[in-house]
Amino acid sequence: MDSHELALSSEQLLALYRTMVLIRRTEEQLARAHQMGLVPGPCHTYVGEEAIAAGVCANLRQDDVVFSTHRGHGHALAKGVSAREVAAELLGKATGCSQGRGGSMHLFAPEVGLMGTSGIVGPSILQGAGAGYSFKLLGSDRVSVAFFGDGAVSNGAFHEGINLAAIWDLPVVFVCEDNMYATEVPFREATRNQNVAERVRVSYGMNAVCVDGNDVLAVHEAAKVAVTQARAGNGPSLIECKTYRLRPHAEGMRDGGYRTVDEVESWRKRDPIATFRSELLVNKQADEAAIDAVEEEVTIIVADAMDFGRSSPFPDPATAADFIFSAQD
Amino acid sequence: MREITYTEAAREALAEQMAIDPSIFVVGEGIGERGGNFNTTLGLYEKYGPMRLRDTPIVERGFVGMCTGAAMTGTRPVVDFMIVDFILDSIGELFNQISKIQYMSSGRIKMPLILRGCFGIGGAAATHHSGSYYPLFVHIPGFRVALPSTPYDAKGLMRTALTGDDPVLFLEHKLLLNKRGHVPEEAYSIPFGQAAVVRSGGDATVVALTVMLQKVLAISEELAREGAEIEVIDPRTVAPLDIDTILESVHKTGRLLIVDETFGPCGIGAEISALVMENGFDDLDAPIARLNGMHTPTPYSPTLEGVITPDHAAIAGAIRNLLAE
Repeated sequence: MDSHELALSSEQLLALYRTMVLIRRTEEQLARAHQMGLVPGPCHTYVGEEAIAAGVCANLRQDDVVFSTHRGHGHALAKGVSAREVAAELLGKATGCSQGRGGSMHLFAPEVGLMGTSGIVGPSILQGAGAGYSFKLLGSDRVSVAFFGDGAVSNGAFHEGINLAAIWDLPVVFVCEDNMYATEVPFREATRNQNVAERVRVSYGMNAVCVDGNDVLAVHEAAKVAVTQARAGNGPSLIECKTYRLRPHAEGMRDGGYRTVDEVESWRKRDPIATFRSELLVNKQADEAAIDAVEEEVTIIVADAMDFGRSSPFPDPATAADFIFSAQD
Repeated sequence: MREITYTEAAREALAEQMAIDPSIFVVGEGIGERGGNFNTTLGLYEKYGPMRLRDTPIVERGFVGMCTGAAMTGTRPVVDFMIVDFILDSIGELFNQISKIQYMSSGRIKMPLILRGCFGIGGAAATHHSGSYYPLFVHIPGFRVALPSTPYDAKGLMRTALTGDDPVLFLEHKLLLNKRGHVPEEAYSIPFGQAAVVRSGGDATVVALTVMLQKVLAISEELAREGAEIEVIDPRTVAPLDIDTILESVHKTGRLLIVDETFGPCGIGAEISALVMENGFDDLDAPIARLNGMHTPTPYSPTLEGVITPDHAAIAGAIRNLLAE
């Protein structure tokens, strides 16, 4: 075990574990609800990638902001949106974090710095840079984080946003979650150079590192460096996280034809939660009882969240066109 | 009252608000030290420096998307496109993000962002420097669209844009930029959704947008000498559209013509026409008429460019036909 991992207290380590388990258990229930027909729209899960949201967001303050993707439940939960509000939103309820206007791909909770998940690949990078511009202009030490996948890296928004953040030294952390597939198109077929961090360093002159995205402590350490740098006014950086999505692109979709069962199984053996649990036990940073207590607490939270979602009212149809403008016409 | 140009009037509103509100910043190509290709920011860089007068690379999607995130987090970006045709490179950020974020966030995130640019046909600028596009932004829910046609309106509408919390498309016709007019020195606002009845008359109503207004007013004076009194209305903003003022006028005149330089199909005239039919059909004594620019990309050669916009003869003919119905 590297020395950096010892810098975290048992409480901090268990908090990281708790965030990952909260994301996993919530999404397992959402996937089940989707199968039962209770989620009226799409549901893209983050199962297998939890270490990234947990490791990054543990370094953020509530007034820091996150711009997320279509695979954003994990970012929302890690940033502090309650499981109740996430569950209710996916079930289409008025008590959801977007009051039933968004669903899985449009989760908004500005109160805790979640500035939106998105159904479009790329804008999170640009908007993340823009929040950085605001904070710099206002003389604030707040930090902006933009999450995106490998699917965004060949998009113009990536190149334009990274470049603007670099030339203007904006307080932004770009987090590339390379899960190897843009929907079902392999990253290796989308680019001649899959080394995102290297590309960003060489082409845009931005600090960038590549880490194992299934290693929560590696992500945490890289994010700590990046967030500290941004907060101190020393400009943006990028963290490339190599990871893998264990479920289909979206719930209910066929998962074959673009990846093999063997490949999925090989990554399942590297499940970030199981791996971290073993490490905590082997390194005696937490005992079984403490870990079990976290799991039990999360199980209760998630069960309550799903109950809350199911028992909440649907939005009033009369409000379908509310909030288009800042003041109603 | 003093006279200043249209560009100076809009710039005065921007300068006044930048002095009051430190969260306002401008981005665009050449809007920094140079002061803007059309002098939209002349003299402001010296006062406020590069963070608030930010020259950009030529990445419209990039800086519009960036300004979206900025508007979401406490600042007030003004995107100066110079030529509004360039806005099309950012259309996904506009139609999928800027227009929808207040809605998606249930009103908890505001979108105080201004999209300004010079538009319209003239000067043999040809098709990549002559577009209008504002009907598109009226079609999409979530935008305010201001089309000032006088220096007075340019200053007052710009101040409203800079003090509201909604995204505003603020378009300045290239043939109006150097027109002079009376403009008060003090700050003032013109509310969105309030049309101006620029000329009163009882015989026919003509709604005239932007550069068409002065042409319609000149023709109305000619017709007055023949005994016909035309009521001329400038909507000033087309989203929101002050249809009530138009309906009141049609109630009085029974006749309506809409003159708009840009395209007819699914355009502002079509919308006004449908609204008047739905809400004022019994007031009509004649079919509603529209006069638009030709439905074509803008050609270069003066002999071609000259025939694609409604000219004096075409407008006068359309009004005479309407009066004769």
